[in-house]
Amino acid sequence: MREFGYRRASDVPGTVALLGSEPEARVLGGGTNLVDLMKTGVERPGLLIDVRELPLDRIEVSDDGGLRIGATVTNSDLAAHPEVRRRYPALAAAVLAGASGQLRNMATVGGNLLQRTRCGYFTDVTKACNKRTPGSGCPAVEGEHHNGAILGATEHCVAVHPSDMGVALAAFDAVVSYETAEGTGELPLADFYLAVGSTPHLETALPSGALITAVTLPPAPVAAHSRYRKVRERASYAFAIGSIAAALDVRDGVVHEVRLAFGAVASRPWRAREAERVLTGGPATAEAFAAAADAELAAAKTLPHNGYKVTLMRNLVVAMLTELTEPTEPSEPTEGAAR
Amino acid sequence: MTTTTTNVPVTGAVGTSYTRVEGRDKVTGAARYAGDVPFAELAHGWLVLSTIARGRVLSVESDTVRAMPGVLTVLHHGNAPRVDGDYMGMLGRPDPIVEVFQHDHVPFVGWPVALVVAETSEQAREAAEALVVHYEEEPHDVEFSSAHPGIYTPDGSLVEKGDLAAGLAASAHLVDEEYTTPEEHHSSMEPHAAMARWDNGRLEVVDSNQGSTWVAQELAKLFSLDPDSVRVRSEHVGGAFGSKGVRVTQILAVMAATALDRPVRVVMTRRQMFSLVGYRSPTAQRVRLGADADGRLRALDHQAHSLTSTVHEFVEGSAGFARPMYASDAHRSVNRVVRLDVPTPTFMRAPGEAPGSFAMESALDELAERCGLDPIALRARNEPDVGPVSGLPFGSRNLLACFEEGARRFGWADRDPRPGLRRDGRWLLGTGVAAATFPVIVMPSTAAVTAEADGTFTVRITASDVGTGARTALTLLAAETLDVPGERVHVRIGDSDFGPAAISGGSMGTRSWGWAVTAAARDLREQLALGGDIPPQGITVRSDTSAAVGTLAERERHSYGAQFAEVAVDITSGEVRVRRMLGIFAAGRIVNPLTARSQLVGGMTWGLSMALHEEAIRDRATGGHVGADLAGYHFAANADVPLIEADWVDDPDADDPVGIKGIGEIGIVGAAAAVANAVWHATGARHRHLPIRPDRVLSAGAPAAGDSDA
Repeated sequence: MREFGYRRASDVPGTVALLGSEPEARVLGGGTNLVDLMKTGVERPGLLIDVRELPLDRIEVSDDGGLRIGATVTNSDLAAHPEVRRRYPALAAAVLAGASGQLRNMATVGGNLLQRTRCGYFTDVTKACNKRTPGSGCPAVEGEHHNGAILGATEHCVAVHPSDMGVALAAFDAVVSYETAEGTGELPLADFYLAVGSTPHLETALPSGALITAVTLPPAPVAAHSRYRKVRERASYAFAIGSIAAALDVRDGVVHEVRLAFGAVASRPWRAREAERVLTGGPATAEAFAAAADAELAAAKTLPHNGYKVTLMRNLVVAMLTELTEPTEPSEPTEGAAR
Repeated sequence: MTTTTTNVPVTGAVGTSYTRVEGRDKVTGAARYAGDVPFAELAHGWLVLSTIARGRVLSVESDTVRAMPGVLTVLHHGNAPRVDGDYMGMLGRPDPIVEVFQHDHVPFVGWPVALVVAETSEQAREAAEALVVHYEEEPHDVEFSSAHPGIYTPDGSLVEKGDLAAGLAASAHLVDEEYTTPEEHHSSMEPHAAMARWDNGRLEVVDSNQGSTWVAQELAKLFSLDPDSVRVRSEHVGGAFGSKGVRVTQILAVMAATALDRPVRVVMTRRQMFSLVGYRSPTAQRVRLGADADGRLRALDHQAHSLTSTVHEFVEGSAGFARPMYASDAHRSVNRVVRLDVPTPTFMRAPGEAPGSFAMESALDELAERCGLDPIALRARNEPDVGPVSGLPFGSRNLLACFEEGARRFGWADRDPRPGLRRDGRWLLGTGVAAATFPVIVMPSTAAVTAEADGTFTVRITASDVGTGARTALTLLAAETLDVPGERVHVRIGDSDFGPAAISGGSMGTRSWGWAVTAAARDLREQLALGGDIPPQGITVRSDTSAAVGTLAERERHSYGAQFAEVAVDITSGEVRVRRMLGIFAAGRIVNPLTARSQLVGGMTWGLSMALHEEAIRDRATGGHVGADLAGYHFAANADVPLIEADWVDDPDADDPVGIKGIGEIGIVGAAAAVANAVWHATGARHRHLPIRPDRVLSAGAPAAGDSDA
């Protein structure tokens, strides 16, 4: 493990000035991913800038009914916030589906967006990986890829993004705010993550030296009727093999508005816009839900061991949208296994 | 997770629950593990492992890292002290990995090629990660299957009785299926760690192991030392499960301590453990069963395949499972193995019986379905009078009593045998059952019991408490024999200076040590009964069970169990959740119900984990693992573990002088089969390949038409 410097940031301008002048600096949020990667040698920063004391830990309700979530808000605080639970229940559920209580107490919103894939080739410095060492190859394509991407992947990388939170944010059109030494900027989440292409090591459109300061959720009445479901290989403490955030507004049997986003199928949270397009204005039936899933998944490219994800995501779309059409009170988002 | 463990009195009688004597030390952090014990002038070694699967080391560029801060030395095959691995140890010839740094050959990914020693662990790690090693690489083969052309049958691994072909031909019902289990790892919570130092000409090793005499004797042979000049201590062990014998940690710590003439500690990382401490081989097992219309077995054939390394033969004896279990006219079982460019597997909780029971107990469930018989009735119909293969009389055998008690408590009588019928929301529900067995073995041990002048008693024995509660069990056995409360007995273990004793393995620890402790305590009590004062140094009586162990009559001695499971399966997502498990065991005399229940529940939990989660993935291209850490290697987490109940039936054996059978392994045996059989009952789909992952459940699809109204 390389020796590194440590600075505790006290204000945003000082932080971005430091980030701009120290090319080997990395921002330390909760450290729940970065520190692990430092231990295994995947990340070797020269300086850690600890941003946990920056005044970015507030969740504010905007005048138009949206939310502005500070970048250092912990996952636990985000999931527990009454307005998050009321206005965007799928977001609270997604956060609670991730990690463990201890990790959520540490992990931040900004860090969650920037966490790295858990692909076993990426996390092992003795193996080739285009994301870690550009040009070294992607052994997952021929090797272990049963949790690999089915949408948007290329032969250069089939890793999936591990975030649960990001899936719900994608469904609700989140916008990422950042600051650099030059000023402030915004990126819709849809543009935040770059396409894989031949450069899987380039993951986000954030300018160099940028600090994420907040995530804004625009008002979305449909989000009040939303859910998140995560399928994983054990009941807790595992990343998804497929997950879904869904919101649905049905009026007189017709889909008035729908939001769908998938997790663990691509290098980024996957907004299922084609499925939304097919559904909107049509009947809210299981057949229509299945047809919409098929429309979205028509673009899927599978490898020998991840083809099950197409079936899984299709089943999840049908199950979740069906649930959302049922006249039951949505339950409070909670952690833990279905029993 | 809950168990049925009840309140905990501290009377100290054998057979009543007694709190773990070192429990307070462990939960407060007062207990020191091998990696925690401080030593003055301690230096730290960090392992560098090969990144190729086959070939040789051309050069180790140690000059650069020697100049790094704090680095004291870099040991490798070119400069390490010489050792002699050509010896017979307690378990036969050692795995040639004991000859670490003695040559330039690399037989698998993760073979140690260097040890960097530095003033601090962090300095050693940074230098180790910077060390450049050049290799000459050769093509490798890590791909296991039962059809591998290199499969061979080791001597003595085929057991046959009767005419198999005739039995199969005459059978009304046949099962012929292949079952597979993946590579599985012990992953004890405490990683392997050892400190070595020279102290006035004596080698002292502070270690985490399953037998300090064992490790001391092997180190003496390896380093050509007088056995009396080696002392190995292992006071607390954070799990072992078969992986903590002689490992490169002790050997390299000794080499480095010798080279530097100061104490050196070597601790493995979790990832290093995946290639350096052994594991359970993947298995591919063909089971053929032939039965009469009424379910009586005419033919039983179990062909188990496993892998080993190119340097050492270790055979996972899965096919041995049914040899003492079921009567059959023809009985054949064989264990075959193939040598691949992988680390040598080793004993892992219930070696042989754990994967073997998955295959055989799944096949019996399939046979029961074909015969239209209840799975418990099928097993009862094939209950043998004597050893089915050996013809030897049984020691106590209470398998059917386990099934009877288990069926009563689980509510088995109400079960509709048809699959795919029960639903709870999106979950299909099912129940399954399987049998368990594990051999009862014993090894000679020595013990010393001292009556102290202050009225207490001290027991000294080179036992190993790997977290099982062995120290507490021995406290109870000594207290009972001495007829004193448990608080007056102090048991000291894990020090090779106490003399030879059995290892903690094969479920033999408490049986073997308990015999020696009881013998010494009994003799001491007789001596004390003669009266007289106790001198300041106390009165010590020693025992050695070597002769007594040799006089045990030849019997089929085994423990048994009946495993029950209820599962919920969502076939649209592939998720499987175990809702409850019940294990009823016949395992001889239970010394401490509190820790015994923990061990049995722990074994059953591991069986659940084996059924649904555990699987190490090997990358064909590199020959190494993918995801070799506890984020990538999934085992059951708390949320996966439901209500698990473990209990036992009376299992006296008038013929056995100890009566303790051992409970270390039996809890895992059959548990995975019970879960898999329950998944079939829930869904109608047979899962013959572990783990039963969501993708496999999804691929198996919906219950067959006609089998279900779901």
